Amino acid sequence: MDFLRPSTWDEALAAKAAHPDAVPIAGGTDVMVELNFDRRRPPALLDLTRVAPLTEWGTDGDLLRVGAGVSYRRIIEELGSRLPGLAMASRTVGSPQIRNRGTVGGNLGSASPAGDAHPPLLAAGALVELASVRGVRRVPVDGFFRGPKRSVLEPDELIAGFLVRPGGAQQFAKVGTRNAMVIAVCSFALSLSLETRSVGTGIGSAAPTPLRATEAEEFLSRELDWEARGPVPPSVAQRFGELVAAAASPIDDVRGTAAYRSHALSVLARRTLAWAWKGFREVGP
Amino acid sequence: MPELRLRINGEDHKADVAPQVSLLDVLREHLWLTGTKKGCDQGACGACTVLVDGRRIVSCLALAVQYEGREITTIEGVDHPLQEAFVRHDGLQCGYCTPGQICSAIGMLSEHAAGAPSAATEALAPEALTPAEIRERMSGNICRCGAYNGIAEAIQEVAS
Ligand SMILES: Cc1cc2nc3c(=O)[nH]c(=O)nc-3n(C[C@H](O)[C@H](O)[C@H](O)COP(=O)(O)OP(=O)(O)OC[C@H]3O[C@@H](n4cnc5c(N)ncnc54)[C@H](O)[C@@H]3O)c2cc1C
Ligand code: FES
Ligand code: FES
Repeated sequence: MDFLRPSTWDEALAAKAAHPDAVPIAGGTDVMVELNFDRRRPPALLDLTRVAPLTEWGTDGDLLRVGAGVSYRRIIEELGSRLPGLAMASRTVGSPQIRNRGTVGGNLGSASPAGDAHPPLLAAGALVELASVRGVRRVPVDGFFRGPKRSVLEPDELIAGFLVRPGGAQQFAKVGTRNAMVIAVCSFALSLSLETRSVGTGIGSAAPTPLRATEAEEFLSRELDWEARGPVPPSVAQRFGELVAAAASPIDDVRGTAAYRSHALSVLARRTLAWAWKGFREVGP
Repeated sequence: MPELRLRINGEDHKADVAPQVSLLDVLREHLWLTGTKKGCDQGACGACTVLVDGRRIVSCLALAVQYEGREITTIEGVDHPLQEAFVRHDGLQCGYCTPGQICSAIGMLSEHAAGAPSAATEALAPEALTPAEIRERMSGNICRCGAYNGIAEAIQEVAS
């Protein structure tokens, strides 16, 4: 097995172009499990941990740009107030040891329908930045996933990072048998923007890919009392929950039945709505 | 095979290993530092926890070559009040999880001291290390013997 160890981003892109079958490795918390159990024996590994720009974050116009190699720990500690939804989700990933190493770029790279970073990125309308020697493209995250563990990432491309508009009220909730180290039975992220009076959603573990509940978003953005920030009528919350559940296409598996997942999603949707709206009413935009 | 140079417990070590080998296997199989344990080899039990530049990681999911030039601490290099406290509070039975528990707890205490929140933290910055906080923050370490009460008490004692 070859080991490629670029120290600059240009070297990394050149290495990926020359070895499209090389498997990138960042925190290794997905890749190493496959290597340890011989589920995968790639011809080459491409170590991305020496590529400094991947571990940086900063602003890009009015967007926040976060490098693919920023760990969950750093999202929680450094970006908790700017990206509260993603930080909440990050707090629930694996265990502290996993969060010290695992990255959002790796979560996107694995493209699991249960990836916990995906719902908050969907709710926030994030862009995923993909790069190769051919150039850079920014893909809306809801167009990034192609199927279970499949994405639009081309063999010569690497994930450079993601971009989001910070601000608004964000919430994340997941159902699992315990908080630590379980794959979510289902998860839900909500993002409300007073500025644009818009609603963003993200559903995890309840369809072949993470996905948005677009009808639920449109419904809620019409019905919320953005002007006076009055209470959300129970009928609105109820309907929002139903529309979120209807957007999913869950299956029965060892972690839960499809019916349970649909029910849990509608509960999570109502609950996160109550939390997020309460935040607006208490502290303002 | 490239020669690997690791700095472990303040000493330099060399090993000839294939690139896909985990830090855990290098420690145990190549350097005979067998204090670090292998429970699951998939990141789920915490028995293989070591400290890298003071932060806890699971060494089974760490590619050894990624750790060249870093300061690695294994249980062999630990001299900490937690060790006595584990004994006083019966924080172990068979002891297999203990090296990982101790390394994890050391990392946890410094994370908390640096103000890092957990999933059990309501406020943005955590205050006291409550029993609920300790359990959440130690949730990456499993004890098959179920010595959790003693483990939590030992950590509580050292924390306060
Ligand atoms: C015990 C345990 C518990 C876990 N719990 C959770 C959980 O609760 N929630 C959750 O979502 N996940 C969980 N995971 C899965 C894993 O930790 C996450 O998916 C994590 O985000 C992976 O990040 P990484 O940096 O470790 O990725 P790696 O393992 O390094 O890489 C993952 C994939 O992404 C690719 N990749 C990485 N970086 C790039 C890049 N820049 N460009 C292109 N491709 C790239 C790799 O080739 C690989 O296919 C858990 C894993 C373990 C072992
Ligand atoms: S052996 Fe590493 S976490 Fe279990
Ligand atoms: S003491 Fe036996 S596994 Fe913890």
